[in-house]
Amino acid sequence: MSQEDAIVIKDVQKKFRVFYDKGQSFKEILLFKNRSHYEERTVLNGISLTVKKGEAIGLVGHNGCGKSTLLKLMTRILYPDNGSISINGRVSSLIELGAGFHPDMSGRENIYTNAAIFGLTKKEIDKRLNDIISFSELEEFIDNPVRTYSSGMYMRLAFSVAINVDADVLLIDEILAVGDANFQAKCFNRLQEIKASGTTIVIVSHALAQIEQICDRTVWINDGKICAEGAPRDIHPVYLEFMGKNMRDTESANLIASNNTRWGNQNIKIKEVKVLDDEGNDGKAIATGSRVTFTIDYEMVKKTENVVFGIAIYRVDGIHCYGVNTLIDGLPAITVDSDGSYSITIDKLQLLPGEYILDVSIENTDAVPVDYYKNARRFVTFSPVSDAGCFRLEHTWKIN
Amino acid sequence: MKELYNYRQMIFSLVKKDLRGRYKGSVLGFLWTFVNPLLQLCVYTIVFSVLLPTNIDKYYLHLFVALIPWIFFSSSITVGSSSIIAQKDLVKKIYFPREVIPIAYVTSCFVNMLLCFVVIFVVIAFSGIGFNFIALLYLPVIMIVEYLFALGMAMLTSAVTVYFRDLEHILGIVTMAWMYMTPVMYSVDIVPEKYQSLFSLNPMTPVIQAYRDILYFAKVPELSTLASAFVLGVIFLAVGSLVFTKLKKRFAEEL
Repeated sequence: MSQEDAIVIKDVQKKFRVFYDKGQSFKEILLFKNRSHYEERTVLNGISLTVKKGEAIGLVGHNGCGKSTLLKLMTRILYPDNGSISINGRVSSLIELGAGFHPDMSGRENIYTNAAIFGLTKKEIDKRLNDIISFSELEEFIDNPVRTYSSGMYMRLAFSVAINVDADVLLIDEILAVGDANFQAKCFNRLQEIKASGTTIVIVSHALAQIEQICDRTVWINDGKICAEGAPRDIHPVYLEFMGKNMRDTESANLIASNNTRWGNQNIKIKEVKVLDDEGNDGKAIATGSRVTFTIDYEMVKKTENVVFGIAIYRVDGIHCYGVNTLIDGLPAITVDSDGSYSITIDKLQLLPGEYILDVSIENTDAVPVDYYKNARRFVTFSPVSDAGCFRLEHTWKIN
Repeated sequence: MKELYNYRQMIFSLVKKDLRGRYKGSVLGFLWTFVNPLLQLCVYTIVFSVLLPTNIDKYYLHLFVALIPWIFFSSSITVGSSSIIAQKDLVKKIYFPREVIPIAYVTSCFVNMLLCFVVIFVVIAFSGIGFNFIALLYLPVIMIVEYLFALGMAMLTSAVTVYFRDLEHILGIVTMAWMYMTPVMYSVDIVPEKYQSLFSLNPMTPVIQAYRDILYFAKVPELSTLASAFVLGVIFLAVGSLVFTKLKKRFAEEL
């Protein structure tokens, strides 16, 4: 390990034992030997990472990808099964705030207890006490018992202690959401200061914007391995794209068109409705701006003339986004004398990320419903861009 | 070791928290630390002078100078064994040298014993036995030896209890039996000759005898007693910390 490195992680593996039914007592161990079967789940599978002194890195990845485990390994709460982790200097972790707070003791006493857990001596705490108190904005309450604090006050105090420890390496897990907007801004500025003073920072977060502001490098972990690393600006779009697709697909597959209602004389019956993405797959999430095709299969019960096919799209909160039918588009009236299907293709579905409901309808030219199928399908859209509203309107900027 | 030294403030604050929290909410509060042994002494005096008279002179003191150190030792084991589990929120959430926890528990029991010694000294002063000041110089030595011994046991039991919870309850019985195997309530002289060698295997016997020599008989304890107690204490501490180091890595997962 060279002097310039703050953290060196070499080929770290971590497995957890997941017990089905674990016996911890003598009786259980003796009698039910077979019960303590467990499954080994590999959480980290060969991670190697070097963080230079003064560098700030962000760990991203979906829930359960192992990024928090990696952070816990760095704090030495857990130990790796294989590989090694070495860290230069004092480590402070903002993983669990307020560890060891005693509700009956005053804020001031708890500062001492809590800072002691970070390995500070009394002298060091004395030196920082005023900074901690003023940072927490709890001057008038500092001698009250902590149990009288609101949860916001509690977190502020805990955060103030953790961030004033003056560590060489600071490990942060998703906790920049403390207090009101002002306090958050203050925490954020303090982090910037800490970084500027040469502290190495590792952040686990889903708030990519925060990572972009603080970190020099993003490490994307997927299934226990480093999937990609590089400048946040380069990694984040790729990551978002992947996440959007992945998550939305599962979400989409789980959608069941509930409370579907249909009405009409049922001379023609809708059999199946498909939502096809640009590769022709049904039931996938649709990327905003990509092509989508709705295909409707129907069966004829009775020969019908002057038929109009239509669709309507609602956002899940009920906003009517779009509706059209063959009559509106000026297509000739259709005569249905056998089973068949119709489809409509939208080349660029500009609906912003969200969940949508598709209604499909078969009517006649007098607007008498033959088969109006409300809530026929649901689908979701995703996009790495976070513009707001219902639709994405094509646009260009010009700034003089 | 160096790291543990850095965390001395944490040990200190855990001890303080434990001592203050022990009698929290009671009317007498911290005074219980003194009232408790005093009342115990009253009970023993009544029982052994009225109901079960013995031929040992000032039996209550004979018992008391051994009982207080014994209580320190046995509570270090029983309370200490569940100490890691009791602090599982800390262990699971934050890093610190895990040794801090048993050290803090044993130290808090130790401080409690020191406070009880205030009562012992008062009683000795009134009993007419008087003090042998040269012998008293050996008192801190034997206390430290017992501390090492108790710490070794607490580290061993606290680490094992994380993986095997029954130990906590098993230890309740073990310490009770151990007390009767140790000359706390009786004098070592009443042990039959043929069991004497077996008896001397009990590492607590020389410790308790040293306390009694210093305080009850007001004489300097035999150096061989002290030396064997010291060696045993160090061995126990070494074994305890070895096992602890081995087992501590999976604490956060097991809890």
